[in-house]
Amino acid sequence: MDLVQLQRQLVDYRTSLYHEGFLDEQFTQLQSLQDENNPDFVVEVVSLFFEDSERLLNELSKALEQQVIDFKRMDAQVHQLKGSSSSIGAHRVQKLCIVFRNYCEAQNVEGCLKCLQQVKHEYGIIKTKLESMFQLEQQILNAGGSIPV
Amino acid sequence: MDSCNCIEPQWPPDDLLMKYQYISDFFIALAYFSIPLELIYFVKKSAVFPYRWVLVQFGAFIVLCGATHLINLWTFTMHTRTVAMVMTTAKVFTAVVSCATALMLVHIIPDLLSVKTRELFLKNKAAELDREMGLIRTQEETGRHVRMLTHEIRSTLDRHTILKTTLVELGRTLALEECALWMPTRTGLELQLSYTLRQQNPVGYTVPIHLPVINQVFSSSHAVKISPKCPVARIRPAGKYMPGEVVAVRVPLLHLSNFQINDWPELSTKQYALMVLMLPSDSARQWHVHELELVEVVADQVAVALSHAAILEESMRARDLLMEQNVALDLARREAETAIRARNDFLAVMNHEMRTPMHAIIALSSLLQETELTPEQRLMVETILKSSNLLSTLINDVLDLSRLEDGSLQLDLGTFNLFAVFREVLNLIKPIASVKKLHVSLNLAPDLPEYAIGDEKRLMQTILNVVGNAVKFSKEGSISITAFVAKSELLRDSRTPEFFPVPSDNHFYLRVQVKDSGVGISPQDIPKLFTKFAQTQSTATRNSGGSGLGLAICKRFVNLMEGHIWIESEGLGKGCTAIFMVKLGIPERSNEPKLPFMPKVPTNHGPTAFPGLKVLVMDENGVSRMVTKGLLVHLGCDVTMVSSSEECLRVVSHEHKVVFMDVCVPGMDGYEVAIRINEKFTKRHERPVIVALTGNTDKVTKENCMRVGMDGIILKPVSLDKMRSVLSDLLEHRVLFEAI
Repeated sequence: MDLVQLQRQLVDYRTSLYHEGFLDEQFTQLQSLQDENNPDFVVEVVSLFFEDSERLLNELSKALEQQVIDFKRMDAQVHQLKGSSSSIGAHRVQKLCIVFRNYCEAQNVEGCLKCLQQVKHEYGIIKTKLESMFQLEQQILNAGGSIPV
Repeated sequence: MDSCNCIEPQWPPDDLLMKYQYISDFFIALAYFSIPLELIYFVKKSAVFPYRWVLVQFGAFIVLCGATHLINLWTFTMHTRTVAMVMTTAKVFTAVVSCATALMLVHIIPDLLSVKTRELFLKNKAAELDREMGLIRTQEETGRHVRMLTHEIRSTLDRHTILKTTLVELGRTLALEECALWMPTRTGLELQLSYTLRQQNPVGYTVPIHLPVINQVFSSSHAVKISPKCPVARIRPAGKYMPGEVVAVRVPLLHLSNFQINDWPELSTKQYALMVLMLPSDSARQWHVHELELVEVVADQVAVALSHAAILEESMRARDLLMEQNVALDLARREAETAIRARNDFLAVMNHEMRTPMHAIIALSSLLQETELTPEQRLMVETILKSSNLLSTLINDVLDLSRLEDGSLQLDLGTFNLFAVFREVLNLIKPIASVKKLHVSLNLAPDLPEYAIGDEKRLMQTILNVVGNAVKFSKEGSISITAFVAKSELLRDSRTPEFFPVPSDNHFYLRVQVKDSGVGISPQDIPKLFTKFAQTQSTATRNSGGSGLGLAICKRFVNLMEGHIWIESEGLGKGCTAIFMVKLGIPERSNEPKLPFMPKVPTNHGPTAFPGLKVLVMDENGVSRMVTKGLLVHLGCDVTMVSSSEECLRVVSHEHKVVFMDVCVPGMDGYEVAIRINEKFTKRHERPVIVALTGNTDKVTKENCMRVGMDGIILKPVSLDKMRSVLSDLLEHRVLFEAI
C-alpha cells in the first residue's frame, strides 16, 4: 500500500480509538514521550501492560473460584490493574476497574464475577486494537516513512 | 534764902492750875514716849517703808519732847540746878531735832503726797486693763464659737444638715430661745419659714419679701435689731412674757455664676435668706456687739457652705444626667448596629433572591433569542433582555454600593495584564461608539508596565464606567483614552490639594484620562457628580437612563485603591475630561510561592529541561512506573526505579534530588517511607524533595501527606507539561502544594 495511505489509515485508526473511548489523552502523553532516545517507548510500555494485565486477570479468576474469597487481595489486584490501565490510557478498562473495586468493597461475588468477565472482554478488545495499530506503524516504518503524530 | 542752887518755880506748887499742868505734862510725856514705840513696832512690821531715817528723826524728836515734858514735872516744885540744867539741855536738843525735822519735812511731804496720786492713777489703770481683758476674752470666746460653728457647718455637704447645724449651734452658743431661717420661695416674692430650732416641723408660713423691715435687713451686711412684733419674729407661741430682743441678718445665697473672674460677687444680683435670732424672753439680756459680730460671721459662712452644697448638688445632677445619656447613647448605638446588621442580612438575602430569578430571566431570554422568532417577538425579547440586564446591573450596583458604604468591600488583589484590561474595555465600547459614530482612541504610555497587581475586575469596572459615561454623553466627535504612569511632580495636582500620593518601590500610580467632546458639565454641577442618585437635570441626560450610581461607585473603588477621581469641564457644550489615578502594585520578577498557579516564567521547552537531575521513583505498579520513568527521562532526568519501600529506603541517597512515590496503593505505606526518609536526612538541604503521586486528592490524603512531611502531591495521570512545571516549581521553591 502507499505510504501516504498507510499513514492516513493509521491516523484514522487512532482517531477512531480515541473517539470510541478506548484510549484517552494519557496515550497521547505516552506518545509524546517517545523520541529518538526512546524510539520504542510506547511499544515497551504497552507490552508491559499486556503482561501485567494478563497476570492479574488470571489471578483474579483463580481468586474468584476459591471457596473463601479474599476480597482484600482482589481489591489490591484490581487497583493494580486500574493503575496500569490509567497509565496507558486504556480508558474503558480503567472505568471497569473502578466498578470492579466497588463490588469488591461490597463483597458482592456475583458482581465481581460479572465485572471480571467484562474486564476480560474489554481487555481483549484493547489488546487486539493496539496490536493492530502497532502492526500498521511497523508497516509504515518498514516502508521508510515516519509515524505521524 | 540759902545758897542752894535751886530754882524757884514761878508759880506756887499747890495751885490748882499747877496741878493740872503737872498731870498733863505727865500724860504728854507718856504719849510722847509711846508714839515712837508704836512707830518702831509698825515700821518693823512693814518692810517697805522707805523713809526710815525720817522716822528715826521723828522718833528722836518725840522722845526728846517727851523727855522735856517729863523733866518739866520736876520743875513744878523746888528743884536743883542740875535738874534745871538737864531740862535746859533736853530742851536745847529738842529744839535742834525738831528744827531739823521740820526742815526735813519740807522735802518729804510733797513726796508723800505725790505717792498718793500715783496710787490713784495706778488703780485707774488697773481698772481699765481689767475691762479690756474682759473684752478680749469675750472676743476670743466668740472667735472660738465661730470656728466651732464653721467647722460644724462645713463638715457636711448636705444642705439641710448645714442649716440645721447652724441653727442648733447658734442656739447653743448664744443661748437663744428661738432661731429661724426664712428662705425665698421659687417665685422670689415671698419668704418661707424653712427651718427653726425648737419647733420640729415648721408650718409653711410665708411672708412677703418686700416688707420694709426685711428690706432694711437685706440692705445691710450687718445684723440688725428688729422689733419682736414684726411678722418674721412672730413665730413663737404667744405668751405673757416679755419677748427678748430679736436680731435678723441676711444670708446671701450664692450661685456659681456669681463668681466671675473679673467681677467679684456684686451684691446687687443676690437672693437672700433671712436668719432671725431671738433672745430668751424675760431675761434682761441684750445683744452685745460681739454676739452680733458672731452672727454676721456665721451668716457668711453659712452662705459659703450652702453654695458648696448647691454646687455639689448640681454636679451630682449633671453626672446622673450624663450617665443617663450614656445609657441612652449606648442603646442607640446598639440599635443602630442591629439595624445595620439587619440591613446587611436583608441585602444579602435579597441579593440572592433577586439574582436567582434575574438569572433565569436573562438566561432564558437569551436562549429565546437564539430560536426562531417573528420580528415582533424578537423585538419584544430584546427589550426584555435589555431591561433585565439593566435591572441586573442595578442590583449589582446597589449591593456593591451598600457594601462599599459599610467598608466591608475588599479588593481582590491579583496580578493581571493591564494592557488586556484596556483592550477589553475598548472592545466592549467600540460597538456602541461606532453606532453613535464616535471615534475612540486608546493611548498607552510606553513606560506603562504590562502587568500590575490590583483588583482587575473593579479597575475594569471603573474604566468602563468612565468611558461609558463619555460615550453616553457625547453625541458626536471623539473619545480619547490615555493611560500613563503618574510622575511625582504631576502627582501633586493643584486641583486636588488633599491628595498626596507617595510612590514607593513596589507601587506606581496609574493615571487615566478620558476626554470626550460631548455636552460638558457646568461648573456648579461638578461637585454633585459623585454623589449617589443625583443627576443633572438637562434633557440630554434624561434619555440616557442609568441610576446615577455609577460615578459614586467608581469613586468608592478609586478611593479603595488609594487614588483619586475627578472631572473637569470647561462648561456646557465644551466636552469634559474624567481623570483618575489609582495605586497599583508592580509584580516582582519571581513568582510568590504561595500562589501556586501564577503565570509562570516561561520555562524552556527543550527536552533536557533538567539535565542530569537524579530522581528516584517508587511505584509498585510496573506500568505506571514505566510511564513515570518515561516522562522523567524525556525531561532529561536520571531516573532510578524501585518497586518496594525497603528497596526505596536502601537506595535513596543524598544524590537524589526528588523522590516520587506512589501512595495510593493500599498495603504499601508510602507515608512510612516518607517519615523514614525524613529521619534519614536530618539536614534539610541534603534531603530530597518528596512528592506523592496519587490518584485522589481528597482532604484525607492531602493531610496525610502534609503530616508525614511530604513536599507535594501530584494527581495521576501526569502530563508532560505538568511534570515539567512541577519539577521546575519544586526545584525553585522546594515546596509545591498541590498540582492538579
